[in-house]
Amino acid sequence: MRPVPPAHASAAPEHISVDHLRPDLTRALYQAMRTARDLDAEAVALQRQGVFPAYVSVRGQEAAQVASATALDPERDFVFPTYREMASALAYGVDMVGYMASHRALWHGGLYDVMASRFGAVNAVVGGPVPHAVGWAVGERLRGGDGVALSYFGDGASSEGDVHEAMNFAGVFGAPVVFFCQNNRWALSVPNERQVAGGSVAARAEGYGMPGAVVDGNDAGAVYEATAEAVARARSGGGPTLIEALTYRVEPHSTSDDPGRYREDTEAEHWRVHRDPVALLRAAVLAAGHADEADLAEADAEAAGRAEEIRDGVAGAPEPHGSELFTHVFRETTEELTRQHRTWQEEVEL
Amino acid sequence: MTELIERAGAGPDAAGAPPVELSMQQAVNRALRTLLAEDPDVLVFGEDVGALGGVFRVTDGLQREFGDKRVFDTPLAESAIMGMAVGLAMNGWRPVPELQFDGFAYPAIDQIVNQVARMNYRTRGSAPMPITLRLPSFGGIQAPEHHGESLEALFAHTPGLKVVAPSDPAEAYTLLLQSVRSDDPVVFMEPKARYWDRRPVRLREPSDPIGTSRVVREGSHATLVAWGAMVHKCLQVAELAAEDGVDLEVLDLRWLKPVDTAGLAASVSRTGRAVVVHEAPLTAGLGAEVAALVTENCFRDLSGPVQRVTGFDVPYPAGPLEGQYLPTIDRILLAVQRTLEY
Repeated sequence: MRPVPPAHASAAPEHISVDHLRPDLTRALYQAMRTARDLDAEAVALQRQGVFPAYVSVRGQEAAQVASATALDPERDFVFPTYREMASALAYGVDMVGYMASHRALWHGGLYDVMASRFGAVNAVVGGPVPHAVGWAVGERLRGGDGVALSYFGDGASSEGDVHEAMNFAGVFGAPVVFFCQNNRWALSVPNERQVAGGSVAARAEGYGMPGAVVDGNDAGAVYEATAEAVARARSGGGPTLIEALTYRVEPHSTSDDPGRYREDTEAEHWRVHRDPVALLRAAVLAAGHADEADLAEADAEAAGRAEEIRDGVAGAPEPHGSELFTHVFRETTEELTRQHRTWQEEVEL
Repeated sequence: MTELIERAGAGPDAAGAPPVELSMQQAVNRALRTLLAEDPDVLVFGEDVGALGGVFRVTDGLQREFGDKRVFDTPLAESAIMGMAVGLAMNGWRPVPELQFDGFAYPAIDQIVNQVARMNYRTRGSAPMPITLRLPSFGGIQAPEHHGESLEALFAHTPGLKVVAPSDPAEAYTLLLQSVRSDDPVVFMEPKARYWDRRPVRLREPSDPIGTSRVVREGSHATLVAWGAMVHKCLQVAELAAEDGVDLEVLDLRWLKPVDTAGLAASVSRTGRAVVVHEAPLTAGLGAEVAALVTENCFRDLSGPVQRVTGFDVPYPAGPLEGQYLPTIDRILLAVQRTLEY
């Protein structure tokens, strides 16, 4: 039996070290995490201004997302996200105006090219994409490729039957998949104690015949190393791995949520102040001598500029034309849908 | 009756192809062999489809012939089977999953409706889903519970899916080729009760576009509209009615989405009367859609309201009651009488 992972809050360290990592890597991690943090703030602001109908913040999860996505190869791997993977998308190189378009509700699934980005569509059925990752990975092996699928999901989704089915399939097929669970402690209003029987998502790996690892999700270096190890194993034919990154959702579930109804703000405040992954990495990069204050100030400015650029891009993106209601329902459309398209033209478009 | 079906099924490219005697289950097997041979991206998978050859032996010999990379068993989890199909399609494959029985499609509804059906839409055409779900369907074989369901209305109601149900071996062969070669997701509903229907058939390449019906028996007094195993039953009804001088047309709808509105309207306009027959329960069944299409498109040609002969609004019953649940020849004849006397 695997040990129960460390408690989420107080036991976790307030310092991390990146001394053992390459300086260019830690600087890149910082750059992407800082950009994601700024873009997240811009997105919350856009929601307040009424540009986004709603938004789901990734604040506090930047290390888990950026470091795991950075451990992948966007040329040959494939990411299967759910709906709170903005920082992963950014680190993976997805067109972020297209990605943020999903939050502006311009198109469900976003406006980025899923296949060209090798990053699946935004998906609100949180267990749903997990078996897709397994299917992709089995298909990759069948065609003799060495790509790896990485499936993001959360502690809430870990209760979904699809996640269990997918892990069992991956174990049986020896599929090159990394199951990456961001355990941010709160599945909307329900805490881990009411969500995860046995207390550990990672412990379930054993039952599915794969290694399971618990990692401090706010330690970018630790996340990177754990993911890189799992990716290397999958790439070399060693099969799937389950990683549980322990982190914390410091913001409400979404801009429509009211966490005061179900949790004490002191808990979130502890994580916001003492376990902020961007601040932890910043201190560690300085301590390791990978950059100095001037370098990081430059990185901060660049991040802010990029976030503003993406913000302006998504805020100014054109709304889809109404005829697009009908464009992609089928590859080969039907007479009935063509008739309904005409109805739309005559009675709605006018 | 065989001759009638042969005649109706004879396409322009049928000349020269000698007829072979096949059951529907063998015809589906032949189609899968053709597809696996012609397209290296076609994959056949599901529960027990490998060494066993499927519970209905539809995939018999395919793993031996094409290897366990192209034809393979999965663990027993329908949602993951369909989810896997999505991922395989996103890696360039053309998946042909089987869910063993209609009732076992329910555990996979999330993947079918939320994922398969709308992935092309959600990704604006970046990630097409050329998936054909083979689903042994409908009742009539005194099977256990959850082995005799008719889900066509549910699938036809789902944007992004196409739905087809063959009625005989030749149709099953041709329609499966067409379904798998389509870049859209198709639910291919195989009527279990007709699996062992054995007859000489010509294996034909598809010639009719997706979404066309076919007249399997021409008649002038009323049109019987059916699909799957009910086509055979309607042909029996037509033969009996003919003895009394009633000349019934039988329209095999084949495609339940898209429905052949033009073909349906053409037939009913000619006969002036329609009886739609299906195994699924009455309320919100596809018969209601057929009735609506008929009234919308040939109201002035109608001599009476569209009659529906369907299963009752009850859970699919156990063996001894099955024959009383499914549309009987007598019920269809009574409906014909009602419309003729209207």
